[in-house]
This record gives sequence, C-alpha cells and structure tokens, in this order.
Amino acid sequence: MAVIVRPVSRPSRTFREQIYLWEVWRGLLVTFRHLFVNLSRHARRSVGLAAPEGAVTVQYPEDPAVLGKRARTRHRLLKRGDGSPRCTSCLLCETICPAKCIHITAEDSPDVLVEKRAKTFDIDLGLCVFCGYCVEACPVDAIHMDANEVELSSYSRKDMIWTLPELMGDKKKQ
Amino acid sequence: MTLWILAKVAFALGLGLGLAGFLGWVERKQSAVLQDRVGANRASIFGIRLLGLFHPIADALKMLTKEDFVPRNARRVLHTAAPAISLGFALLCLAAFPYGGAVEFAGKAWSLQPVESPAGLVLVLALLSLGVHGIVMAGYASGSNYGLLGGLRGAAQMISYEVCLASSVAGVAFIYGSLDLQEACLWQGRLLGGWLPAWGIFLQPVGFLLFLTAGAAVTKRTPFDLPEGEAEIVGYHVEYSGMKFGMFLMTDFVESIVISALAVTLFLGGWQIPFVAPAGPWGGAAMVASFTAKLMLVLFFLMQVRWTLPRLRFDQLLDLSWKNILPLSLLNFIATVWGVYFLKGGRLWR
Ligand code: SF4
Ligand code: SF4
Repeated sequence: MAVIVRPVSRPSRTFREQIYLWEVWRGLLVTFRHLFVNLSRHARRSVGLAAPEGAVTVQYPEDPAVLGKRARTRHRLLKRGDGSPRCTSCLLCETICPAKCIHITAEDSPDVLVEKRAKTFDIDLGLCVFCGYCVEACPVDAIHMDANEVELSSYSRKDMIWTLPELMGDKKKQ
Repeated sequence: MTLWILAKVAFALGLGLGLAGFLGWVERKQSAVLQDRVGANRASIFGIRLLGLFHPIADALKMLTKEDFVPRNARRVLHTAAPAISLGFALLCLAAFPYGGAVEFAGKAWSLQPVESPAGLVLVLALLSLGVHGIVMAGYASGSNYGLLGGLRGAAQMISYEVCLASSVAGVAFIYGSLDLQEACLWQGRLLGGWLPAWGIFLQPVGFLLFLTAGAAVTKRTPFDLPEGEAEIVGYHVEYSGMKFGMFLMTDFVESIVISALAVTLFLGGWQIPFVAPAGPWGGAAMVASFTAKLMLVLFFLMQVRWTLPRLRFDQLLDLSWKNILPLSLLNFIATVWGVYFLKGGRLWR
C-alpha cells in the first residue's frame, strides 16, 4: 500500500507580522476603540442621555443575579397531591451522590401502593458539589435542582444542612 | 534657596508617590473600561464611592495591616532592605527632571528643576540601573530557589533593556548636544521651519519607538512583565508580603513614571508649550502643568499597551533586546551622527 504523504507547510509569518509594530498598532486600535466607546457611553449615561450600557457587568448584590435557564441551583423535593413527599426512599440518590451529602431515613407510607416514604431527608449543601446526579438518579422524579436560589451561605456548617420540610418548602430555612 | 530646593524635592517626591497611588486606580479603571467591565468601585468613605478612587487607600491599608512574613532561612537585613532599595532609587530619579524652566520672581531666577545636574540623563539612567540591585537582592535574600531564579531572570531582562534604553536616547542626546535634561527641554523650544515644534519625537521617531519599548521592558510592565507576573510566574518577590510587597508594586509604578518623564523630557518637549513662551510665576505653573499633562498622556498610552499586548516568551524577550532593539538603536545613533555632521556643514565637533 502506498504511503500517502501530505506535505504540511510550516506556518510562517509575513514581514509585516514579524516587525510587530503594525500588529501592535492594530491591537491598540481595538482596545482604544473599546475604551473610548465605553467611556462615551458611561459619560452619556451619567448625564442622563440615552446610550447603551458601557459595561456588561452585573452589579450583583444590588442587582439580582442572572441565572441561566438550566442552572443547577438549590434542591427541591416535590410533593404528591396530598402534600406528602413524592420520594419513595429508594436511596438511589444517596447512593450515587459523590459528595455523600444526602442522608435519608425511611418510614412506612400509609398508601400501600407507595410502600415507603422519606421520614427524614437531609442534604448537606456545605458538601454538595451541585453535580445533579441525584436528580438524574431519582426514578420517581422527586428531587429537582430548580429552586433558583444561590444565596445559601450561613454562619455555621450545621446551618448548611437542609431538612425535609425545608426542601419541600413547607418550612422556611432558619 | 535651600528651602526652595527642599520644596522642589518634596514636590518631586509627592508627584512620584501620589501619582503611583493614582496609577493603581487608573490601571484598574482603564483596563475595566476597555474590557467592557465596570472595575473596582466598592471602596467608599461615608458612602461616597467616587468611581472607586478610594481603592488605592484601601489597598495601602490592606498592605499595611497584613502580616509581614520573613522566611526562616532568609537573610533578614537584606530581605528588608531590598524593597526599600528598589523604591528608593526609583524615587530618587524623579528629583533630576526639569518640571519647568527658570522663572523670574522677585528679582531672582527660580529654577523648577530640583537637582540641576549637567549630566542629568546619565544620573537618571544610572539610578534606574541601581534598581536591579533591589531585585537581585530580593531574590537572593529570600532564601528560596524560586525567588533567586526570579531575581536573576529579572536582572537579565533589566540589564539587557537598560543597554537598549541608553543607546536609544544617545541619538537625541547627541542632537541636543548635552546630557543636561534642562538643556534638552530648552533646545526643544525652537520651531522647525517655523511651525513644527522641534520635539525629539519628530527628530528621532525611531529613537522614540525604541525608547518606549525598552522603557516598558525596564519597568517590567506587560508585555514584558516576566520578572513578576504576579499571578502566573514565580518571580523575585515570592517570599514577600504586606507592605514590602506593596513597595515592589509601587516601584513598578514609580519606574513607569520615571520612564514616562524621561520620554516627555527627551522626546515630547519637556515643559515646553508650543508657540507659547511662559514667564513669571504663572508661567512656571503652566510649565509644570504642561509637563504633568504630557506625563499623564504617556502613562496612559503605556497602560493601554499593557492591556493590549500578550506577554512575550523569555527567549523572545532577550531576542528583541539584543538582536533587534540594540542594533537598531545603534544604527539610529550612527545615522543621527552623520545627519548632524552633514547638516552642520561637516563640522562634527564644531
Ligand atoms: S447534586 Fe450531586 S453532590 Fe449534591 S446532593 Fe445531588 S448528587 Fe449529591
Ligand atoms: S432517588 Fe428519588 S425517590 Fe429515591 S431516595 Fe432519592 S429522592 Fe427519594
């Protein structure tokens, strides 16, 4: 079989690129354009004229955080029609969790068709890595990560643990 | 007269330190605006934020209150002396610049140059070179191999570019026929062909470009910030913290001020205002204002370059110095000498 030889030309620079100066000038044009356009926008806005924003920055604590549509945020446990947790305590999420931060205890469900339900369901958000595996693993779609809440900090590690009623939204955290 | 000299030195010192703090703000804001960001704007005094102008103060306070760490096997005295040497020599340079010409007031001539030296240019270049000691010393004294390597790297870069710096200003110095910085400013007061100010930049455009490049490298600014590159490269100040580290940062700013002042003095007409001959005390103020304005412009341009160009690799850096800038600046010097020789009718040394 014949060997196919593909000559690959070495990347080479033209003289204009080699003396840098022209390219430096082009780079400076870009940055100067940005600088002056943004400056004029800032100036115009500061005196109350209509102008587009001079910066793309979101001033976060003052302005609300902008989250992506599919952002994984705090967990939420879904409920059945009667207000009991949809979770059947299968422990699949607890098993798959790489951070080992889900702790579930089960109890009998009054509904024979459901058999079991969660008695306690704790997620230690101080350990959670927000991988979303728990959501993937759940066979009954009981756990979601769509509470759209990212301000989860607290002053102690204990307070980072969210319990069943808090995750279901029956009780406010803290 | 002694008081007057002290006042001028105080002015130079204040200009250096004040501007260094201010440059910290300019650097942040300018980079932010040109990158479509807002930049530091949180520091506030009684709720007044003033576009983040208080951030340098907050920075200084932070630096001052941080732990001043000296590694166990560091050489204590040298470790402490190194940042002071770096900053001290950089600040000393500022005393040699003519912030204005001589001003008539109350029957006396008051010079606006703190240190009137007939060899001001050499003085400034020499003091700038002494800054290298601080860097090598810092690397050596911190008792860390990384620091030492960083220090040597810094020394290699700075020494290479100081050669270029000196040879790129040789041309203008030859045209002015003097190493006195005041003389250089006075020379640039004339007009070429009656309309173009005889500034060094018009007489020596190549020299100016080479000087700016070498200057940016000597002050260790991006694209030549290999000695430090705080975030990515381990430099000579790994073992420094607190205000000693802050002094190294300030040295950079002060050195860029010195380089810009040198560029203004030699290439941009110094304190001269084109087509105007300032006189009297107000004229003196105008001279100082003109010098400072030009200084700010050059600093602004250097900042912009800093935020535009990516960093060079170290071999590229040394190539640029020894293989490109040095030969070019020597050629420029030779061409200048021949040009002056022919323009003066073949009387080279008059
Ligand atoms: S998101 Fe990942 S780490 Fe967090 S609880 Fe679910 S499985 Fe565990
Ligand atoms: S995987 Fe779903 S049903 Fe199973 S324990 Fe977790 S949340 Fe409950």
